[in-house]
Amino acid sequence: MTLEAEYGVPTVALHTDKFDRVVRSVAAVNGMAGFRQVFVPQPIMGKSARELRGYVDGADPITGRPVMQEVVEGLTRPFDEEEGNPVEFDRSTPRLVEPDTAERLERLFLESHWTDGLPIVLPTEARVAAMLAGTRRKADEVVGRMRSTHFREYWEYTVEKVAVNAVMAGARPEYFPVILALAASGVTARSSSSSAMASMAVVNGPIRHEIAMNAGTGAMGPYAHANATIGRAYGLLSQNLQGGSVPGLSYMGNQGNSYAYNSVTFAENEERSPWEPFHVQHGLQAAHSAVSVFSGCRSTAFALGLRERHWQDHVRNLLRGMDPSIPPTLLLDPIAARQFVDRGGFAKKDALIDWLHGTAQMPAREYWDYQLVQNYIYPRATFGEEPWASKLGAAPDAMVHMFRREDIHAVVVGGETNGYWRIMGCTYQKTVSVDAWR
Amino acid sequence: MAEKIAVLNPMGFAPKVTRKPLAPRLPTLEGRTVYLVDCRFDDSDVFLGEMRAWFAEHLPGVTPVVKRISSVYLNDDPATWEEIRTRGHAAIVGVGH
Repeated sequence: MTLEAEYGVPTVALHTDKFDRVVRSVAAVNGMAGFRQVFVPQPIMGKSARELRGYVDGADPITGRPVMQEVVEGLTRPFDEEEGNPVEFDRSTPRLVEPDTAERLERLFLESHWTDGLPIVLPTEARVAAMLAGTRRKADEVVGRMRSTHFREYWEYTVEKVAVNAVMAGARPEYFPVILALAASGVTARSSSSSAMASMAVVNGPIRHEIAMNAGTGAMGPYAHANATIGRAYGLLSQNLQGGSVPGLSYMGNQGNSYAYNSVTFAENEERSPWEPFHVQHGLQAAHSAVSVFSGCRSTAFALGLRERHWQDHVRNLLRGMDPSIPPTLLLDPIAARQFVDRGGFAKKDALIDWLHGTAQMPAREYWDYQLVQNYIYPRATFGEEPWASKLGAAPDAMVHMFRREDIHAVVVGGETNGYWRIMGCTYQKTVSVDAWR
Repeated sequence: MAEKIAVLNPMGFAPKVTRKPLAPRLPTLEGRTVYLVDCRFDDSDVFLGEMRAWFAEHLPGVTPVVKRISSVYLNDDPATWEEIRTRGHAAIVGVGH
């Protein structure tokens, strides 16, 4: 679209047919409803040249017309009056929904894709007012902007809009500063990526105790009201405040992701951790409260403790099982965290991160052949971006680091019922002050 | 009859849609240079190679140029866009999924 609109070059965009609705929608909200787009069958990935030639010679699965006829016409047929007309549709957001019975409103919310499929608490004026009492911020203050993907437009939202979603999630007013901080991060928990991402939120500081967040037994499961509803609110506010998360239109996650129900929201077990709290690592003081946001949660690996003889091999195996485009965050029960200290001598978390970085290596030929490395890292390497550019020079059998050191993290969580621990493949985004939103 | 209640709308505020200009179409592709822009996603390079072959067989008067974007599709690529504007007449960008 940039080529067409900003450089004046007649352009046709090719997409696979599964993305028909989403790419037309993206063109429309970018003011280019008439942008010429042609479709070929899904998938492209893994098909032979001969099979792809069949796509070129074949028909557009959406229109049934020959692909190349559409391409040539797309570059040569003048726009008719209708195509050139400005996009006209109502994008205003009324403050109130048309009054109705509770039963019919619940159905309306569900059918409008405003929920996560579970029952919600209807956001009445009284309930929203009660939620707003959980912060000193004004209802009409703008909190931030969010979008589901790079190609979408940003939507904006106020404190009141965040409160509406917090009520829907069943959150209590005392949780509201944490929810506002998540909204202020601008990091969506409803990415539209076809890789079916979810987010993770880690809460640190005194707020954990003030609102009875769980950092111990069952912290990442449905065993604390604050964890459950703050995480659910993060998901609901993301999908509604960014303008939707509708399969086939604004959500393309191929398999979906059950982590998205509450965005893996928990408190760090600071009291039982051998290391400094996560938010302190990121510039805040221990006495301050904060929430840290991670995105791209899809995969986990797990183990029980660290065995004396082969623990290093076992950890290496876990890391090697991950996709190298998605860095690891270790989620360590305090028992496992102390074992890393005892076995590896990692008195500081930095020492553990150094070791993990050095351990996670694989032959260059395997590294560069990963599909996601080809899609997202190889282009940056060829563009000269480090540290990937230097890896391009590695011999095929030379060992290369799977991850950048700064992308590897560790958080302590769990109730010490055992030393199980896991690795979440995800990308740390930012740490946001909760105190600023009280 | 159940009581009607008023509730708040949970959606955020959409930005205003501003129409952007679409480039005038070419009268013909004959004698023109058409860039086939590889967005470097999955095996789009193989696909565009086949499209280049199609042009050679069916529209030999067209000069197809396969051009890979400089980085990932998430990044803007002004150097490539400028090259296409100055050296080409049209573009086919793919393959998005």
